[in-house]
Amino acid sequence: MSEPVRESMEFDVVIVGGGPAGLAAAIRLRQLSPQTSVCLIEKGSEIGAHILSGAVIEPRALAELLPDWRERGAPLNTPVTAEDMLYLTETGSIRVPMLDKVMPHMANHGNYIVSLGEVCRWLAVQAEELGVEIYPGFAGSEVLIERNRVVGVATGDMGVGRDGKPGPNYQPGMELRGRYTLFAEGCRGSLTKQVMAHYDLRKGVDPQTYGLGIKEVWEIPAENHRPGLVQHSFGWPLDDKTYGGAWLYHFGENLVSYGFVVGLDYANTWLSPFEEMQRVKLHPAFRHHLEGGRRISYGARALSEGGLQSVPRLTFPGGALIGDSAGFLNVPKIKGTHTSMKSGMLAAEAVVEAIKTDRVEPGSFTQKVRQSWLWQELRTARNIRPAFARFGAMGGAVYAGLDAMLLRGRAPWTLHFKHQDNETLRPADLCTKPFYPKPDGKLTFDRLSSVFLSATNHEEDQPVHLRLKNPSLWKTVNWDVFHAPEARYCPAGVYEVADEQTAPHLQINAQNCVHCKTCDIKDPTQNIDWTTPEGGGGPNYPAGM
Amino acid sequence: MKILVPVKRVVDYNIKPRVKADGSGVETAGVKMSMNPFDEIAVEEAVRLREKGAASEVVVVSIGVQQAQDTLRTAMAMGADRAILVLTDESPEPLAVAKVLKTLVEKEGPSLVVLGKQAIDDDMNATGQMLAGLLGWGQGTFASKVDVVDGRVNVSREIDGGTEQVSLALPAIITADLRLNEPRYASLPNIMKAKKKPLETIPAADLGVDMAPRLTIVSVAEPAERKAGIKVGSAAELVEKLRNEAKVI
Ligand SMILES: Cc1cc2nc3c(=O)[nH]c(=O)nc-3n(C[C@H](O)[C@H](O)[C@H](O)COP(=O)(O)OP(=O)(O)OC[C@H]3O[C@@H](n4cnc5c(N)ncnc54)[C@H](O)[C@@H]3O)c2cc1C
Ligand SMILES: Cc1cc2nc3c(=O)[nH]c(=O)nc-3n(C[C@H](O)[C@H](O)[C@H](O)COP(=O)(O)OP(=O)(O)OC[C@H]3O[C@@H](n4cnc5c(N)ncnc54)[C@H](O)[C@@H]3O)c2cc1C
Ligand code: SF4
Repeated sequence: MSEPVRESMEFDVVIVGGGPAGLAAAIRLRQLSPQTSVCLIEKGSEIGAHILSGAVIEPRALAELLPDWRERGAPLNTPVTAEDMLYLTETGSIRVPMLDKVMPHMANHGNYIVSLGEVCRWLAVQAEELGVEIYPGFAGSEVLIERNRVVGVATGDMGVGRDGKPGPNYQPGMELRGRYTLFAEGCRGSLTKQVMAHYDLRKGVDPQTYGLGIKEVWEIPAENHRPGLVQHSFGWPLDDKTYGGAWLYHFGENLVSYGFVVGLDYANTWLSPFEEMQRVKLHPAFRHHLEGGRRISYGARALSEGGLQSVPRLTFPGGALIGDSAGFLNVPKIKGTHTSMKSGMLAAEAVVEAIKTDRVEPGSFTQKVRQSWLWQELRTARNIRPAFARFGAMGGAVYAGLDAMLLRGRAPWTLHFKHQDNETLRPADLCTKPFYPKPDGKLTFDRLSSVFLSATNHEEDQPVHLRLKNPSLWKTVNWDVFHAPEARYCPAGVYEVADEQTAPHLQINAQNCVHCKTCDIKDPTQNIDWTTPEGGGGPNYPAGM
Repeated sequence: MKILVPVKRVVDYNIKPRVKADGSGVETAGVKMSMNPFDEIAVEEAVRLREKGAASEVVVVSIGVQQAQDTLRTAMAMGADRAILVLTDESPEPLAVAKVLKTLVEKEGPSLVVLGKQAIDDDMNATGQMLAGLLGWGQGTFASKVDVVDGRVNVSREIDGGTEQVSLALPAIITADLRLNEPRYASLPNIMKAKKKPLETIPAADLGVDMAPRLTIVSVAEPAERKAGIKVGSAAELVEKLRNEAKVI
């Protein structure tokens, strides 16, 4: 069959990804230059469908973007009113005193507990009112590069069968050509990865390090609901060398956001982030918040934890990286919404300047970032996450306290990340298996009933979007050395070992994938390549996520 | 020949519906909505009839809130020529919908109205039949095959134990069943083009139709939860359990 001709359409700016970064960039572009045509695509079936966050957000960037956000009805309805940071032991907990002094980055006054998906849906309405063209249900699957300049992206073909051949409903993808393209794919973007490689954007910076966040939304009895309450924990059940902890936020109408983050530089191949998140709910410090309630949603997403040291070169001929695609997350705060939005806004300014002067690369973006509060903030925070990587949970916490009280983030040194997350796993026979209790069906659950609540759906008859670059490595590395870590870290049960006793092989249930990107990050030889499935596939996170 | 296709905006079929905590209905706030799957099939069939030359124009109509515009745009991206939104804040019952459709049929003069056999939210399976009754037209419900020949429409109907063939004089009503066709994707170029197709908005009040609800919802509850199963070691044990624990044999 001959290549069918793809249609194409020209825009001034093409934005890939409808999260806070992409939407803020789109809004700012139209505010600064109403004649600039802006097209934004989103792989989720609607804006917000793939957005998963805590989320306690700082309204700083939002207030700069849309100063009248309150009047416009932005869904920031639950101000933080109380907060606790707990150090957990197996049965008890110690409250960190004077939180705002010891861990000022954790102090949340003036912040709001939100559903970030809802915030994005609202931002999309603001963007459309300003004339941004938004197309959800279409994944950018290919970067268009001509004469070494990025000239846009192409969406994936639809209606291709599992065997890779066009089916009866085949529709070829479309080229969205832009004078400038902004990649706002969030953490571990699949096109961002290609752009970084093509332009060698990571040269001279630390490797990116990641965390995996797994989240549930609960609806609890009104009498137990304390809107505005924020609780974080560290310590148990993770060992001192593993970074991570739980969050629990009371917000909205009797809703609780509960979740758990594990640093993906963990070493124990037997560790299961999903089961860690499940068992923390049984701890006395968490249990009473959820008892009597019902779980209404579930999902997972990776986040970038490298901070300043891991931020790559931001621009290239024809575009820029923004938001968590570039790694603008303030790790000790676990906040990336305000920084992502700010980066999108600054990129918009740089693009408008580049259009005026007809420059190939929107190079002033880098300088704008360096002169903004965003850079200041990441600079102050830069040593905390690496301190945890180096000194463990307790040592890291002590360092964080000293850093905050004595150095105020102005340490004359910078700690570095030495390893990529895929290099940190230890062989199975050198690790001890944690004990994970069986799900009770009330507070704790198994993977499959959980994925069901993410409303994940992929067209079944399509090529598997999780590709093994070298299939034979699975047996010799993943199975023989690490005993299939993917079966444990994947929060959606996509990877299963079949015929374990006789002829073990990997079975990939790709239709369950919630697009968290962990396998793309953590696979020991980075043999798993996450590519975009047919647009519209993936989770359908409801309001509240 | 003009074809009218009514399309309803409903909770997306991938979403597990959640009953509101107070039992007053199903949660729709912030829930993903999309076109009723049977209506996609109806749109597809109408567009195919036009592509085959059996029809000249496909008009889609939705009765609902402002956001039902998105549903109409999707239908136009699939190939419908233009759209009408009858704007109302209420979620109208089948009889009210049928009455509104009747006034639009009188205004537009289509020869064929193709509906979905039922909407997956209320599962009423009523609107098409009511409209046929109000107009006094013939109806071919649960259609799995449609052919327009010599001023008549031949419909294969899915019935218990097989299919039934009916031949209707035009104008007529058809309701689409699952096997009628496989709807096409709305492609990105077509979604872009659909933005420029005409969409007329008519406030429901302007039609002078009595839309007052006739039904009262007493309560809405989730289905009882299934108990976890157990694994039995042998057929004998299964029989023993069925007899002594489940007491079914
Ligand atoms: C578990 C967890 C908890 C968090 N808690 C908080 C918190 O409490 N407060 C806070 O401020 N921040 C928090 N964050 C961080 C915050 O969510 C992110 O920093 C922020 O969402 C990044 O915004 P973004 O727009 O860069 O990317 P994202 O929000 O990830 O959005 C990217 C969008 O692009 C789409 N996309 C990706 N690839 C493609 C493609 N190829 N084609 C089309 N579309 C594509 C995705 O579907 C997605 O919708 C948390 C993150 C996680 C994972
Ligand atoms: C959008 C849409 C709307 C639909 N609307 C309707 C509708 O309105 N009316 C309608 O009739 N259909 C409708 N259908 C079709 C319908 O959803 C299913 O096809 C139908 O419910 C299947 O019922 P089932 O009981 O045969 O199978 P299932 O729903 O799969 O149930 C099977 C039952 O048997 C058990 N079971 C399954 N396999 C086995 C096995 N191998 N051995 C032992 N036990 C087994 C299961 O545990 C379950 O209890 C719709 C489909 C779609 C896509
Ligand atoms: S397959 Fe990979 S991206 Fe998908 S849910 Fe599992 S770990 Fe996440």
